[in-house]
Amino acid sequence: MKLGRYIATKTVWYAVALIAAVGLNFLLPRLVPGNPVDVIVSNLARGGSVTSEQQKQIYDSFVAEFGLDQPLWQQFFTYVGKVFSGDLGTSFAYYPASVNGLIGDALPWSIAVQLPAILIGWVLGNLVGAIAAFRGGNWDRSVFTSSLFLSSMPYYCLSILLLYGLAVVAGVFPVGGAYSLGSTPELSVSFLLDALDYYWLPFLSLVIVFIGGQAVGMRSMAIYELGGDYVNYARAMGIGDNKITTYIFRNAMLPQITGLALSIGTLVGGALITELVFSYPGVGTLLFNAIAANDYPVIQAITLIITVAVLLANFCVEIVYGIVDPRIRAAKSGEK
Amino acid sequence: MTQELAAVAEPKQASLLTRLNPLRGMNLSSRFWIALVIVAIVMLLGLAGFVYPTGSGEKVGSLYDAPGNGLLLGTDNFGHDVVAVLMAGTRTSLTIGLVAGIVATLIGVAIGLIAGFVGGWVEELLMGFTNVVLAIPSIIVLILISISLPQSTIWSLAIVIGITSWPWTARAVRAQASSVATREHIDVARLSGARLPEILVKDVLPYILSYTVMAFVLQVSGAILAEAALSMLGLGPSGTDSLGTQLHWALAFQAVASGAWWAFLPPTIVLTLVSFGFLLLQASLDEVFNPRLRRGKKKQMKKAAARRAAEARALAEAAASAVDGSSRTRAGESA
Repeated sequence: MKLGRYIATKTVWYAVALIAAVGLNFLLPRLVPGNPVDVIVSNLARGGSVTSEQQKQIYDSFVAEFGLDQPLWQQFFTYVGKVFSGDLGTSFAYYPASVNGLIGDALPWSIAVQLPAILIGWVLGNLVGAIAAFRGGNWDRSVFTSSLFLSSMPYYCLSILLLYGLAVVAGVFPVGGAYSLGSTPELSVSFLLDALDYYWLPFLSLVIVFIGGQAVGMRSMAIYELGGDYVNYARAMGIGDNKITTYIFRNAMLPQITGLALSIGTLVGGALITELVFSYPGVGTLLFNAIAANDYPVIQAITLIITVAVLLANFCVEIVYGIVDPRIRAAKSGEK
Repeated sequence: MTQELAAVAEPKQASLLTRLNPLRGMNLSSRFWIALVIVAIVMLLGLAGFVYPTGSGEKVGSLYDAPGNGLLLGTDNFGHDVVAVLMAGTRTSLTIGLVAGIVATLIGVAIGLIAGFVGGWVEELLMGFTNVVLAIPSIIVLILISISLPQSTIWSLAIVIGITSWPWTARAVRAQASSVATREHIDVARLSGARLPEILVKDVLPYILSYTVMAFVLQVSGAILAEAALSMLGLGPSGTDSLGTQLHWALAFQAVASGAWWAFLPPTIVLTLVSFGFLLLQASLDEVFNPRLRRGKKKQMKKAAARRAAEARALAEAAASAVDGSSRTRAGESA
C-alpha cells in the first residue's frame, strides 16, 4: 500500500473514532434521568443559598445554552457548533465562570507533568529494556522482575507511596499542591523554582511506572528478535555483534512506537488520579471536583479534551510508524 | 545383573513421575509459583471477611484511631475497623474483577473469533469497530457512562467495565483465529457438514484457549484497577466498600498528609499485589506457551548438550576399549 493511501485510511478511521467519541460525549450525559439541569438546579435549591428567582434565571440560561427545549439532533449540532467555535459552555458549580477559563487554568499543569514524563519515560524505558535483553543473566532477571513490578503498579499506588515516604515521613518534598501557599502563578524565576519543588513527586510517579512498562515491552521484543532467522544468518555470515545489535534494535524498536501510542491513553488516565493524590491543580483535580458537584459541562469538556488529545497523539504516532516502517504499509493493507 | 536392572529402572521411574505431575512437564518457572501464591493470598484475604468477627460497617472507634487496642490496623475516617473494611473491599474488588473479566473476555472472544475466522467485510467491519473503541481511552468512556447511570452498584459497575475493556482481547483473538482458519482440520469439519458456530467452538476455540486464558487474567486485574480508578474519582459503587472507595475516603479525609498510614497503605498494597500477581501470572503463562521467551531454558539446553556430549564420549571410549579388548582376546585365541 502506498504511503498516501495508508495515511488516508488512518485518517478516515481516526475521524470515525473522533465522531464516535464526540457523539458519546454528547449523548451519555443526556441520558441522565430527568436532565442534568434539573438535577443541579434542585441541588442548588436544597443548599438554600439561591433564591427561587435566581434559580429560575440559572435554569433558563442553562436550558437556552444546551438548547434542551429543542429536539435531540438539533441539540447535537448546537453542541458540535459550540465545541468547534471553542466555547465549552458555563460551569454549573462555579456559575457563571466559563468552562474555558477553568480548563485554561488547569491544563498547563497537566501538560507540564505528562509530556516530559511520556518522552523521557519512553526513551529511558526502551534503553533499559534493550540492555536487559542483550546482557541476559541476573541483570536481565532483576531488571525484568522490577520493571514488571513497576509497570504493573497502578500510577496512583506509587503516587501514594512516594507521597507518604518522601514527603510525609522523610520530608524531602512538600506534601501536595503545586506551589507554596501565598504565591500566585506567574512567569517569574522565583515562582518557577518554587513550583519545581512541588513538580518532582507527580513527575516521578508517572515516569517510573512508564519506564517499567516500556522496558518490559522492549525486552520481550528484543529477545524475540534475537531468535530471528536473520540473526542466525548474520551470525553464520560472520557479521560482527555490534552490527547485528543495530539490526535487532531497529526491528525491536518498531513495535515500541505503537506501544507508545497505546500507552499514552493509559498514562493520561492514570495521571488524572495521580494529580488527585498530590492535589496538583491539573485537569484530574478539576475533574474530581466537577464529579463531586455534578458539574456536567466541566466533566464533558474534560472528557472531550482528553479524548481529542489522545486520538491526536495516537494518530501522529501511527503516521510516523507508517513512514518509518515500510512493512507496515504492506502488511496492514488487509487489516484495518 | 540386579545392579544393571536398577540402572535401567531408574530413568523409567523418573519419567513416570514427570507423567504423574502434569505441571512438571509444563516446565513452570518459579515466577509462576510466586504469582500463584500472591493471587491466592489476595483471594484468601477477600474470603476471610466471612469469618472476621467485626463487620465493615460497624463503628468501633473514632477518626483514624492508631493500630493497637485489639484493632490490628486501627480505624478509618468513619471509625470502622480497617481490617474488616479491607477484607470487604478486597472481596468487592475481586467480584467486580471476575465479572468484568468474564464479560470482557466473552465479548472479545466472540468478536475476535468471528472476525478472524470469517474474514472479508465482516472482519473489516468488526475490526474497524474494535479499533475505534480501542482508540478512545476507556477511562473516559467509563467516566461518561458512570455519571449517566442513576446509581452504581457493584454489578452495574462490573458490566460497564466489561463492555469497555473487550477490544484488547478481540484483537489478540482475531490474529490467532485467522491463523487457525487456514488449517486443514477446519476443511474437514466443513466437509463433514459442521455449522459455523460448531466449528468456531469445537475446532477453533481449543487452539486459542491458552491466549484466551491469558487475556482473561489480564482483564481481571485491569478491571480491578479500573474500578479503583473510578472509585477514587468518586464514581464508585454507592454504599459498598471496595479497595477504590477505601482509598477515595482516605484521600478525601487527608489520611496521607496526617500520617494515618494504616488507612491508606493496606488498600494500596493489596491493589499493587493484585495487579503485580495477575501480571506475573500472565507473564509466566506466556513463557509456558511461548518457548521463545524462555530464557532459563538456554542454560538447561546447554547442560543437556554437555551431558549428551559426555555420554557420547563415554560410549565411544567404551566401544573403543571393547574393540581393543576383543581384538586382544582374539589375538590371544589365535596365539
